Amino acid sequence: MQALYAQLLVGLINGSFYALLSLGLAVIFGMLNIINFAHGAVYMMGAFVAYFLLNYLGIGYWPALIIAPIVVGIFGMFLERTMLQWLSGLDHLYGLLLTFGMALIIQGVFQNYFGSSGLPYSIPDELKGGMNLGFMFLPIYRGWVVVFSLIVCLLTWYLIERTRLGAYLRAATENPALVRAFGVNVPRMITLTYGLGVGLAALAGVLSAPINQVRPLMGADLIIVVFAVVVIGGMGSIMGSIITGFTLGVVEGLTKYFYPEASNTVVFVLMVLVLLVKPSGLTGRAA
Amino acid sequence: MTALTDDTIPVAARSRTIHDEMVAFGLMTALLLVVPLTGVYPFFVMQALCFALLACAFNLLIGYGGLLSFGHAMFLGTAGYITAHALKVWGLSPELAIVVGTAGAAGLGVLTGVVAIRRQGIYFSMITLALSQLLYFIYLQTPFTHGEDGIQGIPQGHLFGIFNLANPTVLYYVILAGFLFGFLLIFRTINSPFGEVLKSIRENEQRAISLGYKTDHYKLLAYILSGTLAGFAGSLKVFVAQNASLTDVHWTMSGEIVLMTLVGGLGTIFGPVVGAFVIIAMQQYLAGFGQWVTVIQGVIFVVCVLTFRRGVIGEIAHYFRRSL
Repeated sequence: MQALYAQLLVGLINGSFYALLSLGLAVIFGMLNIINFAHGAVYMMGAFVAYFLLNYLGIGYWPALIIAPIVVGIFGMFLERTMLQWLSGLDHLYGLLLTFGMALIIQGVFQNYFGSSGLPYSIPDELKGGMNLGFMFLPIYRGWVVVFSLIVCLLTWYLIERTRLGAYLRAATENPALVRAFGVNVPRMITLTYGLGVGLAALAGVLSAPINQVRPLMGADLIIVVFAVVVIGGMGSIMGSIITGFTLGVVEGLTKYFYPEASNTVVFVLMVLVLLVKPSGLTGRAA
Repeated sequence: MTALTDDTIPVAARSRTIHDEMVAFGLMTALLLVVPLTGVYPFFVMQALCFALLACAFNLLIGYGGLLSFGHAMFLGTAGYITAHALKVWGLSPELAIVVGTAGAAGLGVLTGVVAIRRQGIYFSMITLALSQLLYFIYLQTPFTHGEDGIQGIPQGHLFGIFNLANPTVLYYVILAGFLFGFLLIFRTINSPFGEVLKSIRENEQRAISLGYKTDHYKLLAYILSGTLAGFAGSLKVFVAQNASLTDVHWTMSGEIVLMTLVGGLGTIFGPVVGAFVIIAMQQYLAGFGQWVTVIQGVIFVVCVLTFRRGVIGEIAHYFRRSL
């Protein structure tokens, strides 16, 4: 039973990363009509920024949790302003190709300087050790990742679904021309939205640094799984992305316990099943 | 939403279009026929020809069906593994091994096509990418692919019992014949009534549906055909490389196929061929730069999408107002 709970916890952690990443993808897709292939690369950059902060500037985990998403978010806004905005009006697929190119560049540069092996990033002192819950041993850092991710996801949901800024955002997703006519600076909102989505990915990167080590290709395979998560959940609803992300993480964890050979593939198999039964995805609108 | 290959095909009289394409085809064939006489490293040209066929098959789907597959490496790799296994373990003759490998890719096309064409546009790309990743993990674990090592030291044998494929010149002409066969098949498909329906679906699917076409059937058929031809290229490649490995199923390979077609020109007939030669040549000459090759490929992607969407052949065709 101990092993089962441990795998469930690993599943919840992966689920939090799926949720944070697919949330960002959904928000970006809503505003920019682009599937951000570079999402895995910016996730990796988040982890690397935290690593640089610690090793070159002596800035620890807690400040990094705020600084890294902001730094990477600004980098993302720069990319949006210099490149992505030129694609508006073109076919969606060009956005996919452009961001794929950006991912190759970012990952290639990091691989060139840091190779493919992992760099260690230690768990902050406050979160070291674990708790005995009676039925299982809970490493505190892992519990923290799940709880904190869930809070960030819910805050993002609140921001988009319940605030005035979010209302502008949703309106601009539906009809950008009309929202512009009301005097809202839509291009700036688009830039900020891309920054927000990228920042969420970078945050996931910082959270995963102590667990998964810091590697240039840490986001490359992850992003493909997240794509499958997005296909399963659909991108129509923010809450849908969060729930699908966590659920699939748990399913993956359970598979690791009951049938480890299929743990790499279970999300993809589920995607196939969902497509056969309900092609529009569990929560999404048909596209 | 503007179609992906909207402005690549200039308006020209039908007969002149076919005439231009025939001249270009004659020129390409003549050039490729004399390659062994020029002293160019034949291995390089053979490899480029396999990728050219692969890119042409991919282009059939994106350029004429409007479907961007981000998982075409799965056909390359699957057919490669099956052909390699058939040659080495079953001891089949080369022609049978090619048939079995291509048939395997066709079967894979049916299975994945039924799933993938349920969604369009961006979702189709993500689904094909996920499916190819699923296959990658399966091949990583099944014993017959030999995991990370791949299938190595594959015997080349005698095609039809006559042509010794261990001889580079003979092998070259066999590969060239295979490439030309696949290329002409694609050319014929594009100019057939089926191809016209496909183009109409690309331009306006709703209207095609309202005219009574079962667009899903057409898309599925195009997908299977594209996958089968990509598999054929994968089977041929086994004889050139003499191995079949996980590299051929990885998503980076799918990305390279997209890149080749993008550089040459999406939706042009000769673009993928030119693109394949450019990218393979680049990989050969820049091999010493290690990881920077990935960065350079990324830069080419970005530059192509931002400033050069028609690709090499697309720009030439646009400038001379010809169809290539």
